[in-house]
Amino acid sequence: MPVISPNHKRSAYDVIVVGSGAGGGQMAYTLCMEGGKVLVLEAGRMFDPVAETAMLHTWDMAPLRGVSTPDKQYGFYDASVESGWEIPGEPYANASKEKLRQFLWWRQRMMGGRTNHWGRVSLRNGPYDFKTLTRQGVGFDWPISYEDLAPWYDKAEMLVGIFGDQEGIENSPDSSPGVLLPPPRFRAGELLARQRAKKLGIDVVPIHRAVLTKAQDAARVPRKLHPRNKKAQRLLAANMRLRLPCIYATDCHRGCSIKAAFDSTSVYLTPALKSGNLDILPNAMAREVTLNKAGQANGVTFIDKTTGSEHTAKGRVVVLAAGSQESVRLLLNSKSSQFPDGLANSSGKVGKYLTDSVASRVSAQIPALENLPLHNEDGVVGQQAYMPWWLAGQQHKLDFPGGYKALTVSGRKMPSLNTGKSFDRVSDADGIPFGRKLKEDARRYYGSFQSIGAQGAMAANDNCYSELDPELKDQWGIPVLRFHWKWSNDELRQVAHQQQSMAEILEAMGGRFFRAPDIKNPEKAISQGGRIIHEVGGAIMGEDPAKSVTDPWCRTWDVPNLIVADGATFPGTADKNPTLTIMALAYRAADHLVQEFEKGNL
Amino acid sequence: MNTTQTQHEERGLANEERLNRRQALQWIGAATAAIPLLERDAPAADRSGARPKSVVAKGYGPDPDLIRQYQPGDLWPLTFTDAQRRLMIELCDIIMPADNASPAALTLGVHDFVDEWISSPYPGQKSDRSIILKGLEWLDEAAVQRNASNFVSLPAREQFAICESLARDAKKDSRRFPGSFFYRLRNLVAGGYYTTPAGMKDIGYLGNSPQTEWNGPPKEVLEKLNLPPQK
Repeated sequence: MPVISPNHKRSAYDVIVVGSGAGGGQMAYTLCMEGGKVLVLEAGRMFDPVAETAMLHTWDMAPLRGVSTPDKQYGFYDASVESGWEIPGEPYANASKEKLRQFLWWRQRMMGGRTNHWGRVSLRNGPYDFKTLTRQGVGFDWPISYEDLAPWYDKAEMLVGIFGDQEGIENSPDSSPGVLLPPPRFRAGELLARQRAKKLGIDVVPIHRAVLTKAQDAARVPRKLHPRNKKAQRLLAANMRLRLPCIYATDCHRGCSIKAAFDSTSVYLTPALKSGNLDILPNAMAREVTLNKAGQANGVTFIDKTTGSEHTAKGRVVVLAAGSQESVRLLLNSKSSQFPDGLANSSGKVGKYLTDSVASRVSAQIPALENLPLHNEDGVVGQQAYMPWWLAGQQHKLDFPGGYKALTVSGRKMPSLNTGKSFDRVSDADGIPFGRKLKEDARRYYGSFQSIGAQGAMAANDNCYSELDPELKDQWGIPVLRFHWKWSNDELRQVAHQQQSMAEILEAMGGRFFRAPDIKNPEKAISQGGRIIHEVGGAIMGEDPAKSVTDPWCRTWDVPNLIVADGATFPGTADKNPTLTIMALAYRAADHLVQEFEKGNL
Repeated sequence: MNTTQTQHEERGLANEERLNRRQALQWIGAATAAIPLLERDAPAADRSGARPKSVVAKGYGPDPDLIRQYQPGDLWPLTFTDAQRRLMIELCDIIMPADNASPAALTLGVHDFVDEWISSPYPGQKSDRSIILKGLEWLDEAAVQRNASNFVSLPAREQFAICESLARDAKKDSRRFPGSFFYRLRNLVAGGYYTTPAGMKDIGYLGNSPQTEWNGPPKEVLEKLNLPPQK
């Protein structure tokens, strides 16, 4: 059995990977395909997207019409189990009592990690995003350039299957020809947004998402990704044939039983298991990375959550991909005489430079979209179109560093419990509409609401970080994190700009507003830290071992056989979603690791 | 840890066959249709006795079965007495009545959903519980002032007039009782309605239906918006 219990693990592995999501899955995939013996430790249970996804269930089949509850914090059908911002027995702390200075920490405790619960938006960081300090005077430059990472963006996109288009937009890079799958056509509201935003100099273009709009080319892609490895070609081709193109009917956040939407279990772990080189150990809560006398990582101690007993798995290399802050926690909890302040923390930088997307939203009702002829507008449910940052070349004229992208959300979406009250503001009834009047209002106004959400860049700063709480522990007695968080004026000025420009776009669409944009009070509009679930940093990569935790290959400076393969190595947040960059960095680190094995360096 | 989990572990990653899209669509359709309807007579509150003051039941936990189809009363006991249930059926008929296009909320069981909601063990529904139960009492008292024994026995015209007045209160201030009661009740009944297949059809939602391709909005939609054909 590839899915094992602690007593069935091998006496030693080539590599132990902590975490099974975007970074850990990619690592396990590459290493197993190249013949490495790998153990993946996952803190949550096995989860089968094929059997457990409520693909076409309507909300009336769910408890409470599927609204979010403390047990299911992103709604009932969201592909998250035992996961959320609050998990019983697994607390964390915030240093401040002020809401705006608190950080929300989402944990995904299940096989496949957060790739289960994800809009699948997959954008590349652009060249400028790697040079934040040089170009903007804030945060850090990455120790690698866009060109360094670009080949692995291509590879990750081919492996995962991502739709999108070539737009030639400054700092929002295209992929190499033949890499992307065709983007879906736009919905009515997206076409209207494209026409009207154009007049403001803003392009609305297809987004990139990890959803198959057509079958992957199982004859060509495996040969490209594994040119000298017949077995890997065969395994990947077979797995690609298990994936079906999108059926344009259901929200990717539910998971995807036909594997059109990417998740780590379906795309990384399944072929890795077929290689015979992977063991997966679910319900294994990592506590500590162990060292040998020479100061090299040689294993991971973990709690078997099913019994409460503690075990150690041995390996020649340890990869941390537990989610940026969970990897930070693991480093800080791995104290030894060599590393009294936490593993790989001789710089004192472990936990430092936590960043997240800077987000806000503006909504309006668009009269032009009322009373449209009935039609199915599901498309690739969720994001189809976006506005890449349109002022990348004119940043010097703005009063904040870093840009943002704007995401349009519109359409005749599946009604939710909130639909019942959504017509109050547009109805001309004397009171809140009910009865026949409400039914008429609903038929007229349904689908005419448009919301635009912005997600922007955040430079690393000294006020946002995590550390171990001096007292608080989780249910297994493992010390937990305490967060420090503070929006700077840079982020608040960016949000004011977001509010202004999103309102202008909606106005250009003829929008009626029911709440004025918060241009003067951006702190009212900004999403709380962690709410967007894009947190990165805490073990940043750099060129200087005194100022960073890992080298440009994601190896910790202090312990070269210890690799960080999740978002913890990001020296800042770009105006792009982090996941694709996590996958590309992990792919690159894994390829490098394979070379090191081949050279006999490990 | 449970047996379902072991099954997932065994079954999870061993999906060998090559599927095609047609088979998959058939499979999804069959899977949805084959799920047994659950027993309607799941444990409910003692309908003869006084209503419980607070909810002591547990929620569905952090790892519920996502595939199962749930009915009100499956997960926690319901609250309404027979009289309250009759009143809620009446209110469903007023708030979402039948017309030529679609059925009334009561035929879709929305009153049972309201009961499920106010009986929920989660904090998000707690204030709805107290306000809605209080509002039901208020309605019967309003009926007594109009010389009826209760709201249900009022003529339809008077029932509607009371609701209209409450709807105006709700528009002025959705947080002040009794307008707050009608606001929350209307949200639940209308939201409960539009989340059923019949309600989705009535509002004009045609999705949640597997397609082999997606071609964007049809020509007549683009024409209405004065937009050129999409490439």
